[in-house]
Amino acid sequence: MNEFKVLTRDSGNAVVMELHGFLDAHTAPELEKTFTELIGKGKYNIVVNFNELNYISSAGLGVFMAYIDEVRNNHGDIKLTNMQQKVFNVFDLLGFPFLYEIYKDQTEALRKFGAQ
Amino acid sequence: MNGPEVKRVEKIEESRTFKGVTTALSDVRAFVNRHAFNFGFGDKEISEITLAVDEACTNVIKHAYKGDPESKFEVKIIGSGKEFEIVVRDWGASFKPEEVPVPNIREKVKRHKAGGLGIFLMRKLMDAVEYQEKGSANEVRLVRYLKDGPKA
Repeated sequence: MNEFKVLTRDSGNAVVMELHGFLDAHTAPELEKTFTELIGKGKYNIVVNFNELNYISSAGLGVFMAYIDEVRNNHGDIKLTNMQQKVFNVFDLLGFPFLYEIYKDQTEALRKFGAQ
Repeated sequence: MNGPEVKRVEKIEESRTFKGVTTALSDVRAFVNRHAFNFGFGDKEISEITLAVDEACTNVIKHAYKGDPESKFEVKIIGSGKEFEIVVRDWGASFKPEEVPVPNIREKVKRHKAGGLGIFLMRKLMDAVEYQEKGSANEVRLVRYLKDGPKA
């Protein structure tokens, strides 16, 4: 079975969520759980680092769609960074770059939150 | 002088049965990945084909079988000449995508409606996507043609 792992850590006024492995219909609930926990703690400035993510399907993309409104309504954002080309291609096909901020590097995303 | 060439497999026919649960998805991907590679596709095409099949199987598991752990579905791969065909067959609730209007995907993403993204991706990633009912079975047929590959 392909593994999936989420690691979170605070960085200034933001939280960095590092995704590892394979994000599909089987592993998406784990990502949902992490978002629910962060939002439950009132953490709305979220940077998602995709550097170690090898695969994403629409079930994974749906998780970002499910939480973005609540996060933005609370003056936060979900910013996406460090995507491998094949993962970016999937986001791109669905028009995500028009609706989500996607950065090459997590430092840029953290700077946008003012959380160096 | 060319280096040793990996000889592509021009004729493929293999079918495998999987449990209708999401843990099967990684096995489905490995199965498709291996055959797409042997057939002569490059990395990008292999990723695209694998994703399209994952989406088809996810729909079967989530919608046709609604997570029933006793259910099973079949994935058949037929490669011939330049045509690489994957047939996903299930015996669950049928689905008629032709009756669903083509969604404006950007609007869907904007309104955070995830349903329908899988079908949209399948159609974007493959050269042909067809749904058929055959008796009590439903079939999704996905086709991708090998382009600029070794001579068939």
